[in-house]
Amino acid sequence: MIRSSKHISYELKDDFMVIHIGGEIDHHNAVAVRTEIDEEIVVKRPTRVLLELSGVDFMDSSGLGLIMGRYALMKRLGGTLAVLDPSPAVLKIITLAGMDRMISVLRTKQKNNA
Amino acid sequence: MKTRVDFHAEVENEMRISLPSLSVNEGMARSAVAAFCAQLNPTAVELADIKCAVSEAVTNSIVHGYRDTVGEITIHVMLCEGRMIQIEIRDKGCGIEDVKRAREPLFTTDAQGERSGMGFTVMESFCDGVRVSSRIGKGTSVTLLKRLHK
Repeated sequence: MIRSSKHISYELKDDFMVIHIGGEIDHHNAVAVRTEIDEEIVVKRPTRVLLELSGVDFMDSSGLGLIMGRYALMKRLGGTLAVLDPSPAVLKIITLAGMDRMISVLRTKQKNNA
Repeated sequence: MKTRVDFHAEVENEMRISLPSLSVNEGMARSAVAAFCAQLNPTAVELADIKCAVSEAVTNSIVHGYRDTVGEITIHVMLCEGRMIQIEIRDKGCGIEDVKRAREPLFTTDAQGERSGMGFTVMESFCDGVRVSSRIGKGTSVTLLKRLHK
């Protein structure tokens, strides 16, 4: 589970930030994850953010709220957000919610075009 | 006499657990259910579906049923003949005023927060049946039905 920043890491190049999230995303840990990510975004002010989810072992609808919230934050800041490399289980719930029609879901080979 | 469930199938094995409605127990609840169901050798996708549906139901009990307090959540898992699973998640919380509305996609009581309102939709999509019964002031029972591949 995501208990601390050890499950979240960041890559920043110019205005392009990749946020790697690992572990499990549920109601219990979503608040801590979003608080940490939001602080990083507000301080570093990237204009493009990729949420890289290949290390997420489990995600329920709390994760949908987490992604949508960060998408809304980036939009407010004048930037963009996309999701990168979700596992099949994570992609299943993203697709179920229709979120893939609003937020780009990319594979690694598409990363540089995000 | 053996218990019978909604599938009209005999129960071959069952497990009951009880947890306080602390959010830290969400992971424990879904993992315990998944571990018990694993004896039926489900696929990884089936197990992921079960974990997600259980997580949604338990989270509802914590967030809505016991929103301002801590109470007991009981989970009753029944493994039935024909590789069928029934999971009941029950709380004695505040109940749901309008179950039909609560089951609508995107419905949430958390307008200021980041709840997606997709909990029941996830349960319904990842299971073969979902039954909800609730009484105001008495609590809510969510029953998930899942058929595993043959």
